[in-house]
Amino acid sequence: MARIEFTRLAHSYQPRSKSGASAGAPASYALQPMDQIWEDGGAYALLGPSGCGKTTLLNIMSGLLRPSEGKVAFNSIDVTAQSTEQRNIAQVFQFPVIYDTMTVFDNLAFPLRNRRVAEAEVRARVQQVAEMLDLTADLKRRASGLAADAKQKISLGRGLVRKDVAAILFDEPLTVIDPHLKWTLRRKLKQIHQEFKLTLIYVTHDQTEALTFADRVNVMYEGRIVQAGTPQELFEDPAHVFVGHFIGSPGMNLLPCRVDGSSALVDGHAIALAPDRAARARGAAGELQLGIRPEFVALSAAARPGAIAATVRAIEDLGNRKIVTVGFGDRLLKVRIDEDDTVAKGPAWISFPEQWTRLYANGSAV
Amino acid sequence: MQLALDRINLRVGGEQHLADIDLTLKSGSLNMLLGPTQAGKTSLLRVMAGLDRPTTGRVLVDGVDVTARGVRDRNVAMVYQQFVNYPSFTVFENIASPLRQARRYRDEEIAQKVQHAAEMMHIDHLLQRLPAELSGGQQQRTAIARALVKEAGLLLLDEPLVNLDYKLREELRVELRELFGKGTTTVVYATTEPTEALMMGGRTAVLDLGRLLQFGPTIDVYHRPNSVRVSEIFSDPPINVLPAQLDRGQCRLSSDTAFPVPAHMTGLAAGEYRVGVRANHVSVQPKSPGNAAVPVDIELAEISGSETFVHGRHGRFAMVARIDGVHDYRLGEGATLYFDPARIFAFDQTGRLVAAPESAHAAGGAV
Repeated sequence: MARIEFTRLAHSYQPRSKSGASAGAPASYALQPMDQIWEDGGAYALLGPSGCGKTTLLNIMSGLLRPSEGKVAFNSIDVTAQSTEQRNIAQVFQFPVIYDTMTVFDNLAFPLRNRRVAEAEVRARVQQVAEMLDLTADLKRRASGLAADAKQKISLGRGLVRKDVAAILFDEPLTVIDPHLKWTLRRKLKQIHQEFKLTLIYVTHDQTEALTFADRVNVMYEGRIVQAGTPQELFEDPAHVFVGHFIGSPGMNLLPCRVDGSSALVDGHAIALAPDRAARARGAAGELQLGIRPEFVALSAAARPGAIAATVRAIEDLGNRKIVTVGFGDRLLKVRIDEDDTVAKGPAWISFPEQWTRLYANGSAV
Repeated sequence: MQLALDRINLRVGGEQHLADIDLTLKSGSLNMLLGPTQAGKTSLLRVMAGLDRPTTGRVLVDGVDVTARGVRDRNVAMVYQQFVNYPSFTVFENIASPLRQARRYRDEEIAQKVQHAAEMMHIDHLLQRLPAELSGGQQQRTAIARALVKEAGLLLLDEPLVNLDYKLREELRVELRELFGKGTTTVVYATTEPTEALMMGGRTAVLDLGRLLQFGPTIDVYHRPNSVRVSEIFSDPPINVLPAQLDRGQCRLSSDTAFPVPAHMTGLAAGEYRVGVRANHVSVQPKSPGNAAVPVDIELAEISGSETFVHGRHGRFAMVARIDGVHDYRLGEGATLYFDPARIFAFDQTGRLVAAPESAHAAGGAV
């Protein structure tokens, strides 16, 4: 397994301009210049919408794509010019990549036999991986007769079967899988990681997959990693409004505001801020937004000191929780409440607990 | 349009894809078709559309038997998982194509209808683009607009959002729900995801192995699944199901865990049952004095930022708790999971629901 390092790495799919003031700088980066380290044995997720650059980043890591700038090192050795095979990377893709005419056993054995591993070891390793993924009963079957999710398990198995790889890269591997099997497979991957300490990089647009799988989640937006953190950090302290929006369902409420003393003013309503945050905001340039997660807005039927008069406009019952849409002034807020909490349409009071109220200047946390 | 399926069976080469399906969809209703892959969702949609003819049984539209009519003679539009657009047509022409095929609209009418459908899907600024110049979300919006422009009596959607980003799904779901709430078009929307069914609302038909297990208002089916299987299909993460023995006022789980029979189960005879409790009703701390306590070995804690999914094993049985906040556990560590017995579903030995928790929802409605 390897520690992977990106140094001044960037990528543009367009050729560089040859003249003019911006000579050398591409018109647009698919991947903005970055320095990034992926520790040996870490489980990382790259999370973001389509077009954010996550697949470009993954392809540069695997060697499918050569970056237009900067270098890639595995354990301090420059591998920028090396192919996927030379880098010794295993990959699992969104759709099953298997040989239909071969048995499940032969499919799993393929990456090992390809590297001329001794047959006794092939057998042992295939058995072990089959057991991890509950494929033991299917080993003698031809892959062609299997359902889509069983085939994807084989793909996962092929990714995991070699012990000597530098890293295993997963590109949306569970998209085609049923919700229940997703739980099982995600759990398996996580257990396999805890047991074998592999370097795993997992690309997904699904926040639940990213957050439950990875120790560190890199949220990508417009070719940049806008925040790298633990799931808890991303949830509680989004560094960028995009992270607030993308993580959480529904995402963070964002309200344009200005700061006066130690309060944020949203359409004239004063909302108390932590003093140090207010001080930083007073010095910050750009447009200010107040951010609070739907989980943290306090909603009550009765007036309380400091609460703002509002109107409950809609209540959505999602079985295990309710999402309430609350209007105050011209603004709409989402509030998440427990399934047993009752709330009625009409007048209500909302407040913003100081410890969960965040501020953003031009999109970045203050 | 009202759509009625009368004892639909579909056999393909000796394999039973659909079995004895009776289902009546009200005119203008939104109906979710919930089931795992290979439950028969796509097969059923194809029969509804007239793309496939059932082996036996009848399809009735507003009381008229249309079983023998092909898709071209039905008033139906369909949206697929994959974004299906004509690559060489602009967005405008893609959306206009069903109207042009119908050969009964003037150009101005077509332009007006396309504009309206494009506005509903928020792609009216993209009408001159080609599909290749669109994002995945915009491509699927185009496909949905093409289905809407027909103003068909029946609109069928086969996991339409599954290939889109998570956030995009959230956004489109809200828009579609608003759209489907109006008009006389009967909508059928297939999904594998319980959360999607709950978010869309309407009524839900639960399908498994080609059979219709339950049909009713979505939230009622969620709160009163008529069988273990429906409770499993309609829970994410999976519902915890344990064998239980009822005897002399005690409900005993297979090991040494027992608790007094909760009020909603007091009418049940002594004997063997299975009890189900959803992950969001299981906790790592007792929430009230009467909570049942189940010892487990921790297998894994998955942290999702705002909550943690704690997976454990109680003897042969896997259990999962969904709890607020961030909690860390070591593999193999012993722990106790708690739940309020008032929250459990009781199923008999055949898997049929015999007692459901009192919820905010009345018992009626679900079939």
